[in-house]
Amino acid sequence: MFIAATIAILITMGLALARALMGPTVFDRIAAVNMFGTKTILLIAVFAFVSGQTDLLDIAIVYALINFIGVIAVLRLITHGNFHSNEESIAKSAKVDAE
Amino acid sequence: MILDVLSWSLLLAGGLLGVIGGIGIHRFPDFYSRLHAAGTTDTLCALFILLGLSLQAGLSLDTFKLFLIFVFLFFTSPIASHALAHAAMKAGFKPKLANDVEAKND
Repeated sequence: MFIAATIAILITMGLALARALMGPTVFDRIAAVNMFGTKTILLIAVFAFVSGQTDLLDIAIVYALINFIGVIAVLRLITHGNFHSNEESIAKSAKVDAE
Repeated sequence: MILDVLSWSLLLAGGLLGVIGGIGIHRFPDFYSRLHAAGTTDTLCALFILLGLSLQAGLSLDTFKLFLIFVFLFFTSPIASHALAHAAMKAGFKPKLANDVEAKND
């Protein structure tokens, strides 16, 4: 029965990957990558129980954190165009935030 | 026995929800509705699968780890969806409304 869940998750990952590759806007791609990451976490969790190595759950926890931070970082890069690397860009984005 | 049946049906329901979300991001017409399909099914799919796994694990450290994963996903998945929608709105994407379709058909 774990196998059925694994196959369903893999199908979903394939569909999300297809949307990430052909998505018309960049936000479609990010949403699909976010979904792909969530399904990866679930796949790692299911695989931990299939193989009996439940230590893998720690990796799933770390992946959940990295996935979220990655999505937020990429969104930040797209909306602001930089990572606030110097003072000029900080002032510029502060103006954008004020608007 | 009852726990096995319960956890199997939870795993199956979670997988089914995942596939529905995967189909949803292909069938819906515009970005916001696709985000809706992806964002809402993600959280419930994670809940079902992690709950099914924790029923298999019993009362142990693994269940606590699964609970931790669920808490992270439960908080971060809606936040990521909200940040995506907010960024798209700021970038000037307009949601496709029912009025637009009718106006085109007339």
